[in-house]
Amino acid sequence: MTEWMHPALLMILGALLLPLTRGTGQKLLSLLVPLLVLYSVSQLVPGTSGEIAFAGVELVMFQADRLSLVFAWVFAIMSVIGNLYAWHTEGTGQRVAAFLYAGSAFGVVFAGDWLTLLIGWEVMAFASAYLIFASRNAKAVAAGFRYLLVHVAGGVLLFGGIVLHGLQTGSWLVGPLDAGQGGLAYWLILISFLINSAVPPLNAWLTDAYPEATVTGAVFLSAFTTKTAVYVLIRNYPGAEILVGLGVAMALYGVVFAVLENDCRRLLAYHIVSQVGYMVAGVGIGTEMALNGAASHAFAHILYKGLLFMGAGAVIMMAGRRKLTELGGLYRTMPLTVVLYMIGAFAISAFPLFSGFVSKSMVVSAAAGDHRAAAALLLTVASSGTFLHTGLKLPYYMFFGKDSGLRPPEPPLNMLLAMGIAAAFCIGIGVFPQMLYALLPYPVDYQPYTGVHVTESLGILMFTLLAFVLLLKHLDPEDTISLDTDWVYRRGAALFMRLAKGPFLVWEQVLITLGDGAGLRLMHRLSWLSLRADLGVVDALVNGVAETARQGGLVLRRLQTGVVSHYAFWIIAGLIAVLGLPLIAGIGAR
Amino acid sequence: MIGRLVNFFGEARYRKLRWRLLMAALALILAADLLVPRHHTGHFWDAIPGWGAVFGFASCVAIIFVSKFIGHKGGIMRDEDYYD
Repeated sequence: MTEWMHPALLMILGALLLPLTRGTGQKLLSLLVPLLVLYSVSQLVPGTSGEIAFAGVELVMFQADRLSLVFAWVFAIMSVIGNLYAWHTEGTGQRVAAFLYAGSAFGVVFAGDWLTLLIGWEVMAFASAYLIFASRNAKAVAAGFRYLLVHVAGGVLLFGGIVLHGLQTGSWLVGPLDAGQGGLAYWLILISFLINSAVPPLNAWLTDAYPEATVTGAVFLSAFTTKTAVYVLIRNYPGAEILVGLGVAMALYGVVFAVLENDCRRLLAYHIVSQVGYMVAGVGIGTEMALNGAASHAFAHILYKGLLFMGAGAVIMMAGRRKLTELGGLYRTMPLTVVLYMIGAFAISAFPLFSGFVSKSMVVSAAAGDHRAAAALLLTVASSGTFLHTGLKLPYYMFFGKDSGLRPPEPPLNMLLAMGIAAAFCIGIGVFPQMLYALLPYPVDYQPYTGVHVTESLGILMFTLLAFVLLLKHLDPEDTISLDTDWVYRRGAALFMRLAKGPFLVWEQVLITLGDGAGLRLMHRLSWLSLRADLGVVDALVNGVAETARQGGLVLRRLQTGVVSHYAFWIIAGLIAVLGLPLIAGIGAR
Repeated sequence: MIGRLVNFFGEARYRKLRWRLLMAALALILAADLLVPRHHTGHFWDAIPGWGAVFGFASCVAIIFVSKFIGHKGGIMRDEDYYD
C-alpha cells in the first residue's frame, strides 16, 4: 500500500483540479477520479500507514481492516454512480462539494486516530451542506443552515469527547470504547455519532434537509453521512446495549412518519431513518453475525437508497413537482424510471433475489438468535412498513394513481445509466450474496435462501400488498407537513426572536431610559458633589499642609545666616545641652 | 416490453386481471408456506405455517391506522405554512 493511493487524497486532489476544467473535460474528470478511487480501493489490503507524531499525539492517517474496506468499497461504487448521475449538471461547486464529501467520508473510515476522524467528520458536514445550499431557494438555504447548526453542535460534542478520552486514557487511537471507564467522554462521542446516524429525537436534521437538496446532491447525501456514522458505531460501540432499543425505535419511527408524508423525497428520507435503525440495532446486539448484518445492510442500503433517490430525483427534475398530491400517472411517459425505481423498492423491501433480502435478514436473524424475540418481531413490522411506503404508496401516487395530466419525458441517458448500474447491484447482491458476504468483517455462516425464509418473507410482503390494496383510500396523501423534533429549534428560534423583540428589548429600553434621564441626572449630581468634596476637603487639606511647610521653611531660612561662627556656637550649645542635661540630672539624683 | 409491463400495472382495463393474479400469487405463497420443510431455526414463529401472511397483513393495517391516528390526533400533521 503506497500512501498516494489513499482514496481520500485522490478525491481531494480531484476536487482541487475540478475548478481548473470546463465543460466535457470537467465531466470526464468527475467520472475518472471516482473510477481511480474504485481501482485504488480494489488494491488496498489491511494495514496501517501515514503515522505522524503531531503535538505529542500519534496520528494514524490510514488504517485499513476488513470493516473499513467494506465501507470503502461501497463509498467508491456510489461515488462513481453519483457522479454519473450528475454528469449533465453544470455546477462546478456541486462537483467539488461532492468530491470533498466523499473524500472526507473515506478519511473517516480509514482514520486510525480520533483527530484524523474528527477532521474528516467536520469536512463532511460542510461539504454536504453545500449540496443543500446549492438548491438556491429560500427554503433550502434555511434548511441548510439548520443542517449545519445541528452538525456543528455534533462536531463540538465529538471534539469534547475526544479530548476527554485522550486525556483520560492517553490513547488517541480509535477502537471500542468502554462505558464503565469512559464516563462523560463515552457519552459525548456516542451522542455525536447518534446525531449523524439520525437516531430520534436527533433525526430531524436529515428529514428536514435532504428533501431540500439538489436532485443530484440528495443522492450523495443519502449515501455518506448516516453510513459513516454506522461505521464509527460498529468500530467504537459494538455491543452497546442502548443501541438495540434505539435502533428498533428508529426503524418504527421512520415508518410511522412515512405514512403521513406528502413530499416524495422526505418520505424516502424517513426510510433512511428506518433502515439505519436496523444497522444501529445490529451494532447494539454486537454478535459477529449482527455486526456483519449491520455492515452488509449499510452496503446494500447505500445502493438501493441511492437508486430510490435517483428515481425520485428524476421525477422532480422532469415533472417539476415533488408532492405526491400533485403527481400521478407518470408511468405513461417514464416507464424506464418506474422499473428502475421499483428495483430499488424491491431491494429495500427485502424481496427474495434483491439485496435487502440477504442483508436485512442477517440483522433480524441475529436478533432472534440472541434471544431478542421482541426486537426481531418489531423489526419485521418495520419491514412491512418499508414495502408499504417505498414499494407501494410512493410509486403508486407518483407513477400511477390519479392522472395529474403531467407527461414528462424520461430523464437524460446518464441518469438512467446511473440508475441502471445501481439496479444491477441491487439484483446482483440479491442473487449472489456470497460476493457481498466475502467482504464482511467476520466469517459468514448464514444462508439467506432457506425455504421457510423465502415463503415467510413473501407472505409478509404480499399480504402487506393485500392490505394496501384493501385500505388504499386511507392512504391518500394529505397536503400537510409533519412536525418532527426540528420543531424544537425552529419554533425555539422563533421563541428566542420573540423574546429578543419583547422582554429583552423592553429591558434594553429601560436601561437606555435610565441612562439618558434619571440615571444621567444622578450622575451629574454625583460628579458635582465629588467636585465639591475635592475642592473643599481634599484640596484644602493639601493646601494647608503646603502652607505650613512654607511657613516653617521661612523660619528656617532666617536661622540660616551663612556665618560659620554662628553655626559653631549653636553646635557647642547643643553639645553642652546633650551632655550637660544627664550630668545635671545625675547630680540632682545624688 | 418494459412499456407494456408498466402499462399492465397502470391501465384500468387490467384491473380485474391484476386482482386475480394477486389472489393466485397469495394462494400460491400460502400453499408453499404450508408445504415448506420446517427445521428448527431459532424463531418460535418459524414453526407456524402461514405466520408471515398473518403478521404481514396485521402489521400493515396496524401501521396505517396507528400512524394516521398519531398524525391526526397527536397534532403532528399541520398546514404547509406552519413554520412560515
